[in-house]
Amino acid sequence: MTKKIKNLNLNFGPQHPAAHGVLRLILELDGEVVEKADPHIGLLHRGTEKLIENKTYMQAVPYFDRLDYVAPMNQEHAFALAIEKILKIDVPIRAQYIRVMFCEIGRILSHILNVTTQALDVGALTPSLWGFEERETLMTFYERASGSRLHANYFRAGGVHQDLPAGLENDIAKFCESFPKIINDLENLLTDNRIFKQRNVDIGIVTKEDTLDYSFSGVMIRGSGIPWDLRKSQPYDCYEQLEFKIPVGKNGDCYDRYLCRIEEMKESISIIKQCLTKMEKGPIKTFDGKISPPTKQEIKQSMEALIHHFKLFTEGYRVPKDEIYTAVEAPKGEFGVYLISDGSSKPYKCKIRAPGFSHLQSMDYLIKGHMLADVPAVLGSLDIVFGEVDR
Amino acid sequence: MINLTDLEKKINSELTTKIKKTEIKHNQIYVEIDKDELIDAILFLKTNKDTKFRQLIDITVVDYPEQTQRFKMVYLFLSHEFNQRIILSYFINENEVIPSITAIFPSANWMEREVFDMYGVNFKDHPDLRRILTDYGFEGHPLRKDFPLTGHIEVRYSEDKKKVINEPVKLEQDYRNFDYESPWEGTKYIKEQAENNDKKN
Repeated sequence: MTKKIKNLNLNFGPQHPAAHGVLRLILELDGEVVEKADPHIGLLHRGTEKLIENKTYMQAVPYFDRLDYVAPMNQEHAFALAIEKILKIDVPIRAQYIRVMFCEIGRILSHILNVTTQALDVGALTPSLWGFEERETLMTFYERASGSRLHANYFRAGGVHQDLPAGLENDIAKFCESFPKIINDLENLLTDNRIFKQRNVDIGIVTKEDTLDYSFSGVMIRGSGIPWDLRKSQPYDCYEQLEFKIPVGKNGDCYDRYLCRIEEMKESISIIKQCLTKMEKGPIKTFDGKISPPTKQEIKQSMEALIHHFKLFTEGYRVPKDEIYTAVEAPKGEFGVYLISDGSSKPYKCKIRAPGFSHLQSMDYLIKGHMLADVPAVLGSLDIVFGEVDR
Repeated sequence: MINLTDLEKKINSELTTKIKKTEIKHNQIYVEIDKDELIDAILFLKTNKDTKFRQLIDITVVDYPEQTQRFKMVYLFLSHEFNQRIILSYFINENEVIPSITAIFPSANWMEREVFDMYGVNFKDHPDLRRILTDYGFEGHPLRKDFPLTGHIEVRYSEDKKKVINEPVKLEQDYRNFDYESPWEGTKYIKEQAENNDKKN
């Protein structure tokens, strides 16, 4: 008697805690081996690009917080840089340091979340409890600077919205002293952990060639041994004046990517420290009244400031006709904004290039031939956040 | 590392007839190519030892409804080796089918699916051209300029039918798009004026 064997189709998500959001992954299984993975995305699609086309440049900034919502300011940075390049405005040095500092805080926020949830996916609960406490501290810094924990809406073309409140710099410095110990604790729990290594070493290996073909960036490309970081290779804002190292992996597996993230957090701490020492008092946004709004005091005294204020918050500022692609090194990889302006106060087109989109696309290639239990491990190391994948 | 102007010359001399226009701005090269030569141009950029644009960053479309050639296809490439970016573009008509580049760059798969989904541009030889971001059974192409911001249908759970239903969008208040732009000449930027005055003096 012969038995017919049929491959099993399995729906992973969209309501699965290890799917990191609303991913519907349709897996074709032969026993426990994955034959094919077909990610269905778009369950969190909000039409960000369409909305941005209908808003003024200043109104479009909050949409960038809602993309990769674990590191909001990094996205705003890309958009602000794109506008600044078209308008050809200079950003005061203090604003540059503030922006870089908060981008690095964002990087730590994102990496803590990723490292600890990856550990959670492969069975370790404690790291996430320890890590989230630190994230909370970092988000308080966000709140004190911008007024909200997550959706900061803090960066502007030409600087940042407001100066740091008194005492914040000291508190961030204190955090920089205490945080390396937490990274050590996390490493004690994970780096040499037998179970963690069994679940991650040699899983989801990407070769150097394939990282290029599959449009990988960020940790995904560095984990495979290509020392590519936009902060070094195409420096923006004040990254040129800062010293930091680019950690690279060797094998391109999930474990190397985890190690890269841990090392990057340490580098971020060093960057934040450098920013704090180099930062001097000074203006935090451009003086051009046609782009940055006047202070309340000025509005009370100057007719021109009042007109500027009125025009900025109704019409918005106009951006001359141009086309530009700007990219920043977001925690997850190259986050880019392809902006087309037509001389009006609204973008004609704003294409958002999210790193997670191309990373998730390679899921089929990464997971083919692996066991079902490796799916969460690989997915965790891709660092997927659906806000930016679905846009 | 070769600089941008050399690269521009190189591309111009190698691809001569395949190129309509090149321009350098914002430290990037913008190249408008002949649409029939897309595959050749991309293969050249990817494999030539002086260009090595090994990574496809993104594919997108810009919609200009008032033009006869409505869509502008845009391809962004990055060369890690030479640390340069290039932006290829060409114009197509509304119902034109264009070649897929998935055979050259596997990552083009989802990017072309997104273009298909958002703008309705069709790709020839694409392995799996399905909608990607919009809902199952969605109609229309949302990023086209003639697609309304509020969309056409809304989704809700119906208590009577005990299931999720689609119905036409009903708004308590119409979407209002205020035209704040100055009816007169617009703001001549003070900066510009100052610069002009400096030149005069």
